[in-house]
Amino acid sequence: MTVQNSRPSLVVDELRVSFSGFVAVDGVSFDAHPGEVRFLIGPNGAGKTTCIDAITGLSRGEGSARLGDVEVLGKPVHRVTRLGIGRTFQTASVFEELSVMQNLDIACGISRGPLSLLAPRREIPAALEDALVEIGLQDQREQAAGSLSHGQKQWLEIGMLLVQQPKALLLDEPVAGMSHDERTATGELLQRIARERVVVVVEHDMDFIRRFASRVTVLHQGKVLSEGSIEQVQADPRVQDVYLGTAAAVVQDEED
Amino acid sequence: MTAPTRLSPPVDLDRPRTRTMISPGIGIPTWRSLIIGLTLMAIALLVVAPALMSSFELNRLAKYVCFAIVAVGIGFAWGRGGMLTLGQGVFFGIGGYAMAMHMQLADAEFAGAAAPEFMMLYGSGEVPIWWEPFRSPVFTIVAVIVLPALLALALGYAIFSRKVKGAYFAILSQALVAAFGVLLIGNQATTGGFNGLSNFQSWFGYVLADPANKRMIYFIAAAVLLAMIFVAFLLMRSRFGELLVATRDAEERVRFLGYNPATVKVSAFVVAAVMAGIAGALFVPIVGIISPADIGVTPSIVFLIGVAAGGRASLFGPAIGAIAVAWAETSLSESFPDVWSYFQGLLLVLVIALLPGGVASLAGKIRTRKTAEGAAR
Repeated sequence: MTVQNSRPSLVVDELRVSFSGFVAVDGVSFDAHPGEVRFLIGPNGAGKTTCIDAITGLSRGEGSARLGDVEVLGKPVHRVTRLGIGRTFQTASVFEELSVMQNLDIACGISRGPLSLLAPRREIPAALEDALVEIGLQDQREQAAGSLSHGQKQWLEIGMLLVQQPKALLLDEPVAGMSHDERTATGELLQRIARERVVVVVEHDMDFIRRFASRVTVLHQGKVLSEGSIEQVQADPRVQDVYLGTAAAVVQDEED
Repeated sequence: MTAPTRLSPPVDLDRPRTRTMISPGIGIPTWRSLIIGLTLMAIALLVVAPALMSSFELNRLAKYVCFAIVAVGIGFAWGRGGMLTLGQGVFFGIGGYAMAMHMQLADAEFAGAAAPEFMMLYGSGEVPIWWEPFRSPVFTIVAVIVLPALLALALGYAIFSRKVKGAYFAILSQALVAAFGVLLIGNQATTGGFNGLSNFQSWFGYVLADPANKRMIYFIAAAVLLAMIFVAFLLMRSRFGELLVATRDAEERVRFLGYNPATVKVSAFVVAAVMAGIAGALFVPIVGIISPADIGVTPSIVFLIGVAAGGRASLFGPAIGAIAVAWAETSLSESFPDVWSYFQGLLLVLVIALLPGGVASLAGKIRTRKTAEGAAR
């Protein structure tokens, strides 16, 4: 296996998703590569989350989404995960009644055979310890996931993806509801993770995007409106029209 | 392939990579609680009860033990897996009828008759082909385990791979048990119909009229119950058991972790079905009859009440709850035959509304309150 194959890119080509006549995503193309934190932005209803839903098998999509040479569109959810694409949700969904460690242990278990599933956990896999350190929850390992703060739950969810050694991570509004410090920590975590795998982030928070985005794709009404670095995108008059004008104004207000 | 470079910030390489002593996690019974609980139950069921009870009372307890075996399975599928199994009567019935068919054939053979008596009365007097294999005791014992497992596998796969869950699953399983009863009643010539199968003389060569043999069957049933609790314990402690709880709490998340939740749920459903089948098979020699009334809609719901009252997600709660509710039913329904079923319904509603974790959750609740009070001071 070559180095390139073990760190594949995610290439989405002419993706189309429609719900009984309503076209939510209309021919979206973008590509994301290891080494960059890729952002999908756009106003509400632009089709950002729908794109992720289609790639991960939750919604039916037409067109193509390839991880390296492998087509992932049209496969059921658990198969897409096994191909190496992990995702998080807008609301953190962890197993509230299980401990942090149990959550991570379940997450890294997809390669386990039926027989080892029947045995109790006798040791903690090394990948799990590494993920605990990475997400900074070593001290909460025995705590019930339901008792974690909102930010910690999001980190746990990212950790649950990390232990699976995924090739691509798709994160849906990971910093929503987080404090400023938590946002910074999350952004730094994403930059570390992105060094060797694809990271795609759907986000609204303009300040967060400015600080951590490598490249940005702006969606509007199911189509790609603009693409490039944050500066390029912000300078695009069409983007200012539909989205950044208002969002930037809001940020400006907050700073005043 | 190149070795993956490490992502994490610098980590102390001397730290142990794995730990030999690890905590079992939250909500998982410990070996200590298993040993204490099993010992207490063994003393109660195997020593105290046989010493104090008349053979009539002991036989009645044996019947409750059968319900408790069903309850252990329901506790696993419902308490740990979130599947409200309202149709366990089907699997209980399959185990029971398999055993009853064998006993009918063995009795007829012993008496020198060509076929069981009811077939002479209602049918052609010939043993149908599908009864024939049940002449073999080995086939019967295998069938008691395998038939419920196969049916649960087929049904479970059909239901769960279509993402049917919650109340829809409960209604479906309830409808199934109703249909099973209709099927049995409609085939009087081969199943005994409404009357069911009864009048058994012997069980694997042991004469049922002999109290010593009835006693032996009680001990077998009690030992099977203890063994099933042990099996449930091992399953709860396994990674599969944790995955089942995770599936119960956030099925979609489990799917996005790369598991197929349908497989997880079907497995737990099969475990519960096999336990119900074994219980049904033991029920027949103990009670001496199996009929549609023993396996229909009402008994299937009654199975749940003890499980809910005892604590559906706990290890011992379902079994103890089932025995307690069955005992209460017998003693209270004798004194208040009219109001018992209202009381039963009320009990189920109260437990679900006020104490969803059952009696087993009381200890934990008191402990939390004490800690909270301690912290407040």
